[in-house]
Order: sequence, then structure tokens, then C-alpha cells
Amino acid sequence: MTGKHHDDDDHDHAHGHEENGHHAHGHDAHHDHHHDNHYSDMQARVRALETVLTQKGLIDPQALDAIVDTYETKIGPRNGAQVVAKAWTDKTFAEWLATDATAAIASLGFTGRQGEHMRAVFNTKETHNLVVCTLCSCYPWSVLGLPPVWYKAPAYRAKAVIDPRGVLQEFGVVLPEAQKIRVWDSTAELRYLVVPQRPAGTEGWSEEQLADLVTRDSMIGTGLARPTVEVAA
Amino acid sequence: MSQCEPLSPVSQSPGLPLSPEGAPAFAEPWQAQAFALTVHLNERGLFSWSEWAENLSREVHRPERAEDGSDYFDAWVAALSHLLAEKGVADAETVLALQHSWQRAAEATPHGQPIELANDPLR
Repeated sequence: MTGKHHDDDDHDHAHGHEENGHHAHGHDAHHDHHHDNHYSDMQARVRALETVLTQKGLIDPQALDAIVDTYETKIGPRNGAQVVAKAWTDKTFAEWLATDATAAIASLGFTGRQGEHMRAVFNTKETHNLVVCTLCSCYPWSVLGLPPVWYKAPAYRAKAVIDPRGVLQEFGVVLPEAQKIRVWDSTAELRYLVVPQRPAGTEGWSEEQLADLVTRDSMIGTGLARPTVEVAA
Repeated sequence: MSQCEPLSPVSQSPGLPLSPEGAPAFAEPWQAQAFALTVHLNERGLFSWSEWAENLSREVHRPERAEDGSDYFDAWVAALSHLLAEKGVADAETVLALQHSWQRAAEATPHGQPIELANDPLR
């Protein structure tokens, strides 16, 4: 099990910041040195089971995809990205989001399953916001989908409160010394959505274009919105 | 309370990593795939929920399992494999041979192209 946490880190960084070649912790999962694919034992085992079941006509691949889709992707960070992009472009919506996030978010069709309340916290030059759940792993499911592995890990839950700047550094985010970091502890009743700062050079961009800049991590506060150069590349 | 689609009993498996709202959480896509396979086969009546629960419980409680539950889906896949063998759907040898075949196929497939079983050089 050595390197397990690093692997998880790698996995999530890859999602949050886009692949850009070399990672600090390059473990065996990344075969940078050649171009072939690799299946782990478990990946291959599941594919093998699928193959047998398909050959015997016991599964309907479309139904399978629908199940995965329901649990994994229908609700995802894209919902939250839409909320953020709208707040960046529509001042009235941003104000509504600031005063009554639950209603503003619901107006876009995203409602929590258990009626939990949402609060949006806006990053500014002065303050960066970071969300954690120290008790368990409460997460704004309706806008961000399934929580990342690290969000549920005791290490993140404990350290985010004690040393948020250190946590951000682990995610590759270094903030100016003068920028304060405010940590928000979620509860079962109240979930937080971070509205990252709108990247420079995006004047006149459509909501859709802007939403592509909003990563999951930027809405938890462990990342920033993607700079425009990264998108153009 | 919940307006969402009713969840399969399989998604109530004890020990399944869950989000606070009760939806399963997956660390890697194969875990979601294994979960979906099980839900699907249970819904199609290949095995009952109690049969599944019994098999999963036996795998999860093996002494060699990690204490932090990090290999929960390994146990899940082992339980599914065992159940399929028991039902005469797929014996262990066939599955293992196919597993190795998929691994060879993956290695033989250039990056960026879909991995297909036919790419296994030994097939």
C-alpha cells in the first residue's frame, strides 16, 4: 500500500489542474516513458467479468452506462461551474447568490436531495475561501457531484483548519502573504460553494466559455479558476 | 425527502463508501463499473440482495483486508466473481484468463486508441 496517498493526490491533481507533463509524484500508474496502455489487475478483472457477461447476453451495456452515469456524472462539478460562470457575468445573480445561495442555485435547477442550505463564499483579492468538513465529509453534492477522495481523508479534514496555507501549497496554490484564508466548516445542514475570482483577460466571454475555466477544486477552494492561457493552449 | 430515482438495494451494501447524501463514492472508474454490474445483475434477478450481501460480507471480513477499508472494492469484485462462479456463469479460470488477455491487449494498444480484446497478441 505504499504511495497510496500520493496516487490519490496525483489522481485529483490531474483533474483539477489538467495534465501538463510531469507531476511531482510520478508513481507507477503513470507510464511516462512509453506510449502503451496499462490495466491494473482490478481494471482487467472487471473488464473480464464484463466480457463474459456480455458474451452470455446477461448484461445490457447501455443499461450499465446509465447506472454509472446516474451515480457518477449526471450530477457533477459542471453544475457548480455554471453557477460560478453566471455569477461572473450577471451582477444581479451574483448578489442573489451572495444573499440567498440556496434559492439562486435552485433557480438553475440544482437542488440538494435533503434540502440542505447552500452558502456561496466569494474569493477576493483580500480573502481566499477554503471549504472543509471536519466532522465527516459533508459536501455540496448538488453542485459538485461526488466528493474527491482527499476531501474525505482525515489528513485534509484536520490540516485544512490548522494550516490552510500549507494545504493549499500541497495543491500547488501559493497565495500572496497578504491574502487571508478563511476556512468554512460544512455541516449536514449548510454546505459551501466557493466562487473563485474571475481570471484576467476574460472580458466578453460567454457563460459557457467561462464555465470551462471553473474547476471542481476551485469551488472547494483548493484550487483557482484556470488561467486563460491554459485554455487557449 | 428524496425526489431522486429509487436506489437499488445493492447500493445499501454495508461499508460502501458513501457521500453524505447516501450516494456511492468511487475512487476509480473500475469501481463504478463493478458497482454498476452488480446493481444491474441484481435488478435482472441473477442473484438476490441477500445472496449478494452474504458474499460481500464474507469477502470484506477476510483477515487480510485493509483496516481502513481502502480495498473495499477489491472485496466487492471478489464477491461478484465468486457469486458468478457459483451461479455457473463464469468460472474462475475463464475470468482469470480473460483478465490476463485484457492486460496484454492494453499493453499492445497504442496510447490514444481504444483498448479492445482483439488487440491481445496471444488471442
